[in-house]
Amino acid sequence: MRHLLSTRDLERASAIRLLDVAEDMAQTADRAVRTLPALRDKTVVNLFFEDSTRTRLSFEAAAKRLSANVITFSAKGSSVSKGESLKDTAQTLLAMGADAIVVRHHDSGAAHRLANAGWIDAAIINAGDGTHEHPTQALLDAFTIRQRRFGADARGRGLDGVRVAIVGDILHSRVARSNVWLLHALGADVHLVAPRTLLPHGIDTWPVAVHEHLDEALALAPDAVMMLRIQSERMRDAFFPSAREYGREWGLTAERFAALGPDTMVMHPGPMNRGLEISSVAADSSGSTVLAQVTNGVFIRMAVLYLLVAGSGSDADPIGGQG
Amino acid sequence: MAARTVLHDADIARALRRIAHEILESRRGDGRLVLLGIPTRGVALAERIQSVIDEIEPGVSEAGALDITLYRDDLARTPTRAPAPTRIPAGGIDDAVVVLVADVLYSGRTIRAALDAIVDHGRPRAVRLAVLVDRGHRELPIRADFVGKNLPSATSERVSVRLTEVDGVEEVTIEP
Repeated sequence: MRHLLSTRDLERASAIRLLDVAEDMAQTADRAVRTLPALRDKTVVNLFFEDSTRTRLSFEAAAKRLSANVITFSAKGSSVSKGESLKDTAQTLLAMGADAIVVRHHDSGAAHRLANAGWIDAAIINAGDGTHEHPTQALLDAFTIRQRRFGADARGRGLDGVRVAIVGDILHSRVARSNVWLLHALGADVHLVAPRTLLPHGIDTWPVAVHEHLDEALALAPDAVMMLRIQSERMRDAFFPSAREYGREWGLTAERFAALGPDTMVMHPGPMNRGLEISSVAADSSGSTVLAQVTNGVFIRMAVLYLLVAGSGSDADPIGGQG
Repeated sequence: MAARTVLHDADIARALRRIAHEILESRRGDGRLVLLGIPTRGVALAERIQSVIDEIEPGVSEAGALDITLYRDDLARTPTRAPAPTRIPAGGIDDAVVVLVADVLYSGRTIRAALDAIVDHGRPRAVRLAVLVDRGHRELPIRADFVGKNLPSATSERVSVRLTEVDGVEEVTIEP
């Protein structure tokens, strides 16, 4: 695999290898010099057609920690808003000598198109496409769960038997989709919780258990509870009666949090709507992994960039394959 | 022609014991000794040398591992390799005497990469190099301070170090 477009393409062994390389990257955090020379003279382009300060900063930090040159291309105020097509943008970036393109786009499948249309010969990393996938978010979530669970013993392991409940707007969430495929590949027991209006069609074919009530899922004592962000525009679209009711039925309230086991991880991809899908008590608790997820995001993105960009060789398979 | 064994298990043990003594003799003052093995087999060698040093002078030395994958000068020319874990002892390497430990010294490029990696971990008082086998053919101005065996070889020959911890057998062989 030359690109990272979807966690659906990741086999268990490849996913574990990627998480292990991220462990190596995490080790560099407490060194005298944290910057690694592995991507010297390589150019990584951040191509963002949709706002995302966190993901963009995380990719930028990761590329810089590997000594790559970073060009950030934000669609707002660029020629994209003047009607330049994805193809023209890609060819412009090719002319600039991009070795990797990190792309965030509002259309599902944009990263796939960039990778497979034959416009450009660079590694494509999907940083979120529409409601489709956000693979590096799922990888950093899996990394965070594995590290909390196994600590120094995490290397080489999957997430076999680890129970994860993902709660919220599954219908529109690329984070949820990427997590479902990845967690399943790693052997986790995945439960989805959402109001019926926020569950996608065809969910019965996914390798998950589905619950309409949060309390029903929490009664199964999950090892991790992942709360998804509720976007304000969804509230206007009447997927649920009111913010207050959503919080009461599907939010991780202080009461629900208090009833969780002491080792339960509370996860959120950020930014959080405190008091809506997650209470401050839960978000700021010792079980909360919210800040660890941000830190680990840089390590995961370093691992992805390193594996996809550092080496060469025509038929190399940087993420899958050879050890 | 089949592989010829140039060092058997007893030879390897004797060489490592001698290197341990030489490292101690060369140590001036009371500085800490940190033996950093270069993965894969250098790590096992560093641990063995350190345990001999610890028998002779307990408490002056520690062992660890230093991965150099991310510092290689041929990264962009070969398929991507996954790094191996680096393990620096808790006290760090600042002001310590670091002894790099490798199985085979050949072109010197691995050691060049290791010197770069060390600088990113701290500032040792000195860096020394111990190798089990020096087979010659240097491409960089690098030499070892402690050598288990000098093994003149042709570039076409293949020198293999096998250790119990990694390979289940203990030998150094050379084959055409």
